[in-house]
Amino acid sequence: MIHSLFLINCSGDIFLEKHWKSVVSQSVCDYFFEAQEKAVDVENVPPVISTPHHYLISIYRDKIFFVSVIQTEVPPLFVIEFLHRVADTFQDYFGECSETSIKDNVVIVYELLEEMLDNGFPLATESNILKELIKPPTILRSVVNSITGSSNVGDTLPTGQLSNIPWRRAGVKYTNNEAYFDVIEEIDAIIDKSGSTVFAEIQGVIDSCIKLSGMPDLSLSFMNPRLLDDVSFHPCIRFKRWESERVLSFIPPDGNFRLISYRVSSQNLVAIPVYVKHMISFKENSSSGRFDVTIGPKQNMGKTVEGVVMTVHMPKAVLNMNLTSTQGNYTFDPVTKVLTWDIGKITPQKLPNLKGIVNLQSGAPKPEENPSLNIQFKIQQLAISAKTQTWMEGR
Amino acid sequence: MTDSKYFTTTKKGEIFELKAELNSDKKEKKKEAVKKVIASMTVGKDVSALFPDVVNCMQTDNLELKKLVYLYLMNYAKSQPDMAIMAVNTFVKDCEDPNPLIRALAVRTMGCIRVDKITEYLCEPLRKCLKDEDPYVRKTAAVCVAKLHDINAQLVEDQGFLDTLKDLISDSNPMVVANAVAALSEIAESHPSSNLLDLNPQSINKLLTALNECTEWGQIFILDCLANYMPKDDREAQSICERVTPRLSHANSAVVLSAVKVLMKFMEMLSKDLDYYGTLLKKLAPPLVTLLSAEPELQYVALRNINLIVQKRPEILKHEMKVFFVKYNDPIYVKLEKLDIMIRLASQANIAQVLAELKEYATEVDVDFVRKAVRAIGRCAIKVEQSAERCVSTLLDLIQTKVNYVVQEAIVVIKDIFRKYPNKYESVIATLCENLDSLDEPEARAAMIWIVGEYAERIDNADELLESFLEGFHDESTQVQLQLLTAIVKLFLKKPTETQELVQQVLSLATQDSDNPDLRDRGYIYWRLLSTDPVAAKEVVLAEKPLISEETDLIEPTLLDELICYIGTLASVYHKPPSAFVEGSRGVVHKSLPPRTGSSESAESPDTAPSGVQAPEQPAVIPTQGDLLGDLLNLDLGPPVSGPPMATSSVQMGAVDLLGGGLDSLMGGGGSGGGSFAAPSTAAPANLAAPLGSGLGDLFDLTGGVGTLPGSYVAPKTVWLPAMKAKGLEISGTFSRQVGSISMDLVLTNKALQVMSDFAIQFNRNSFGLAPAAPLQVHAPLAPNQSVEISLPLNTVGSVMKMDPLNNLQVAVKNNIDVFYFSTLYPLHILFVEDGKMERQMFLATWKDIPNENEAQFQIKDCSLNADAISSKLQGSNIFTIAKRNVEGQDMLYQSLKLTNGIWVLAELRIQPSNPSFTLSLKCRAPEVAPYVFQAYETVLKN
Repeated sequence: MIHSLFLINCSGDIFLEKHWKSVVSQSVCDYFFEAQEKAVDVENVPPVISTPHHYLISIYRDKIFFVSVIQTEVPPLFVIEFLHRVADTFQDYFGECSETSIKDNVVIVYELLEEMLDNGFPLATESNILKELIKPPTILRSVVNSITGSSNVGDTLPTGQLSNIPWRRAGVKYTNNEAYFDVIEEIDAIIDKSGSTVFAEIQGVIDSCIKLSGMPDLSLSFMNPRLLDDVSFHPCIRFKRWESERVLSFIPPDGNFRLISYRVSSQNLVAIPVYVKHMISFKENSSSGRFDVTIGPKQNMGKTVEGVVMTVHMPKAVLNMNLTSTQGNYTFDPVTKVLTWDIGKITPQKLPNLKGIVNLQSGAPKPEENPSLNIQFKIQQLAISAKTQTWMEGR
Repeated sequence: MTDSKYFTTTKKGEIFELKAELNSDKKEKKKEAVKKVIASMTVGKDVSALFPDVVNCMQTDNLELKKLVYLYLMNYAKSQPDMAIMAVNTFVKDCEDPNPLIRALAVRTMGCIRVDKITEYLCEPLRKCLKDEDPYVRKTAAVCVAKLHDINAQLVEDQGFLDTLKDLISDSNPMVVANAVAALSEIAESHPSSNLLDLNPQSINKLLTALNECTEWGQIFILDCLANYMPKDDREAQSICERVTPRLSHANSAVVLSAVKVLMKFMEMLSKDLDYYGTLLKKLAPPLVTLLSAEPELQYVALRNINLIVQKRPEILKHEMKVFFVKYNDPIYVKLEKLDIMIRLASQANIAQVLAELKEYATEVDVDFVRKAVRAIGRCAIKVEQSAERCVSTLLDLIQTKVNYVVQEAIVVIKDIFRKYPNKYESVIATLCENLDSLDEPEARAAMIWIVGEYAERIDNADELLESFLEGFHDESTQVQLQLLTAIVKLFLKKPTETQELVQQVLSLATQDSDNPDLRDRGYIYWRLLSTDPVAAKEVVLAEKPLISEETDLIEPTLLDELICYIGTLASVYHKPPSAFVEGSRGVVHKSLPPRTGSSESAESPDTAPSGVQAPEQPAVIPTQGDLLGDLLNLDLGPPVSGPPMATSSVQMGAVDLLGGGLDSLMGGGGSGGGSFAAPSTAAPANLAAPLGSGLGDLFDLTGGVGTLPGSYVAPKTVWLPAMKAKGLEISGTFSRQVGSISMDLVLTNKALQVMSDFAIQFNRNSFGLAPAAPLQVHAPLAPNQSVEISLPLNTVGSVMKMDPLNNLQVAVKNNIDVFYFSTLYPLHILFVEDGKMERQMFLATWKDIPNENEAQFQIKDCSLNADAISSKLQGSNIFTIAKRNVEGQDMLYQSLKLTNGIWVLAELRIQPSNPSFTLSLKCRAPEVAPYVFQAYETVLKN
């Protein structure tokens, strides 16, 4: 099981360590640093590293490495999932998961870690329960505490922990009962030169914020549940009901949580809401080339496409680029050869365009003419999978 | 007001200051001080000097302060064991607290204080907490048992905590069940022999019920535990699968993967015609695909596992090729894994897409990735014949890019394509030759040289090309040198007229100026071949080569099956069985997939090594190295570990050995004592020692026998490892026993054309702990066609594992060429010890004492000896006759023998004068040895 945890920042300082069994010396992290050095890029550090006596399983989140030390055969996914849960909890408690916020709240962090894992076995990882055991820091509370001398640590057994619904605390009361659901869909698509889709899938999640009193029992149904290729549920969802009726029926935890995540893959046609016109060419035996890219919206039911950013990994032979854009700013990093174009909102009347001259290294062979364009964008209030929930019923 | 202030005081008197604050009267100040101490501790500062002061703060009503002190205690108790005792009283008191939170906290913290002295005080509170009315306390206590076991395993067993823990599996609260399972699994890991998690259908049912209701982490523990269960038939397997399937939709990927493991394992038992089998296959794909949209670290582990699943059951993901397409922002470790799986899934249907993708990848930035992509194109060509042409043209396009490492990789894979499809794509050779100068890596150079040599007749300037390589012959790596030598010889055989000079040059370079024996030998062989019989040389050198196989990097099937049982664990990430890398895993039980129902193989002993079952008397080469590998890995470390050579006999032979040893040294004159293995000089004492040892009173019984006693019967040598299977090494041998020492008489024959040296031998664990007592000593290297006879002394102090059949012995022999594995059966009589004679009374009592179920009867046919001859013959093999009786014309011999591990076997042999078949009744407390004892009887009597 999980032996120890080290938190390491990008510059390689171990700024927190926690041991659940015997103490493992910090020097075990040297193997990690070695791997980090080899990987060059922080994102490329392999997640599982073996050392002569231990195994290091690490995740990289918010510029912090969470490195756990294990000694026996343990499912690595279990460790990785747990580490992500730790990072989520920090995020939840302190608003952000950063070195400063962790250092600012080191005692709470320590208490949390102690509560989350016992002898390497996860104990309480649900935020509802943790919050009952250890109250999150707020300015008001710290003022009250310093006056009254009371503490952040709850002294009663969290009610939810042993019931059949360990995720919800009992005795919740709100004056305004509200429930919000955010449907966030991400399209992941690869489109070839001619504009046809090579691969596209939608990763969707429904994040909920439930503020309801008592023990609410909710059900949520979809217009077209058959579209979903695969779903992962929060433990609160009754699986049987979904299997038989395709209805999400659940007693929600209190507060924010991810209700389900789902995947809609390319078998169901995914309409990509933007298109790209591109003209990138390099002349044979000359040290220049042309670059001309236009981005436009496709059918998107009158919604605007926002936050558009295009990044292009240009071929190695490219020295510099002289471009003009009709909208937004562009930067070209001559070291990494990455062109970034921050466009912002697309207005259908005036399509953003970026064109100009590419300077190549003289004498280099003609580079490949199809660098991959990576385009990110956001559309508010549009569910691409056309699956939107229709009705919700609560008791 | 943040905690960062605790870090700011770093001046010298810090400890002193904290000390003062800790002893302050004000509660608030105390708490602040403890917080500061904890903060220093988290960054690894040593604040252990404050131990007594912090412990003094423990007795408080403030839960936060209490928790903080506990945190401190856990960290430092080990360094201050005497001080830690001070805290015990508070713990014991807290365990009685009315608040379950405090009870649980106390029992939890006590378990974390890893001080031996404290553990004694822990037992009583723990016992109470295990039976606590509050499930929260019970579940905490369950984990505490695991903690305690880690500190003091014996104590936990003595106190009966393990049984209590087993009872908790049937607890009413699912969380308690999950924690009990987790604790038991952890204990079982360090205790592989114990049957802690002895699952039966009832307990499985309980686990499955708890599975639905416990937390995600609990589900992981329960699923991992379920995966170790062996369902008794396909119906049970199916019902478990049905109840596990919903876990595939869990948000926690570890739960998903553990569920996949259970399903993959139990699917093995389901018949493929079943509708349910198809449904299950369909259900497995989507969750696996979904894992790939998680964080990159999760993706990596998932991909390593998918790699195994795709090899085991390609049908699950055959339509999901696209999800493995590499995204430009994937971390490199994910990209490489995806590429691997893409090739495994490549088929005629999707090859066009795959190739288009691979071509893109080959223009990427990352060198490692590009290389692998180019290699992948080559593998596609070899795997999917229809695509070969496309692949070759893609590779040619890539060569045109002139990117150095792309060209080199491309040439290496094109060589393989030529091996797979000879006489098809040779037209590209011209293009390859253009790039000759840019090759600087040995592998690419060697590949190019091979191509030039192989197709010398089609390349006009082959001689010039090869000559250009020859200039810097001595600077090349061995790989290139060898290849160059062969290529030039090929060229000579094809174009003898122009290249005579060249071949002489290379032969002299290889044989005279080189220090490398491999190169020299190869040079000499070619030289001699060419000079004696050019026709034969042509036949040898230009012989048609076998086509190369399609999948060169598949995991070998038995290993794959084992790894499937480890889906989701570290083993699956490393693609090695845990025994190969987990520390202290000597006792790890190999897992194997359940046999498909309907096959005649019974599943009664699933724990024994799956490869070992061979027909008796047959020499067998173990075809698979998977499960042996783990145990034999330390072979390279040198001679096997062995106890003192006579350890066994001196323990088990008692007086006999003393006498034997004494006589021995008298006769031999040397001071070797009991340690002499030299067979000839001990032959006489062998005969004398036995009767002396068995007591003077019985001496007369044996007078008839002494003269004829031949010693223990030794079977003629049989071939154990045929030369074909061991790269030319033939091993034949037999077992013998003399004066209490067992030896393995081996004949090693070198049937290869190469000198063999560096022999070493190692046994796998076996039923009676047989192990080499000395290293295998072959004094001189074994020249071709030579053989050497060796007598390898054995002892029985090795580690023990029950084999099937019982007398199976798996052996690994290493030499300078490779490691070879074979298994053989040893006759049981080599294990019969010299003091195997029982007292008469004792015999009678024991005979009555052993229940009748343990009696086994056998017929020994066609044996024409009389009772006296039999008894003297058996005596030679340490089967002692205790009494002889004549009942109704039949001779009854009552005999006893004892095995090296102390098992007594009692025998009654009934001989009818007119009938050549005897009836042998054997009684033993371990009835499974009976058939082998019978075999030993038969062997001894008939020879």
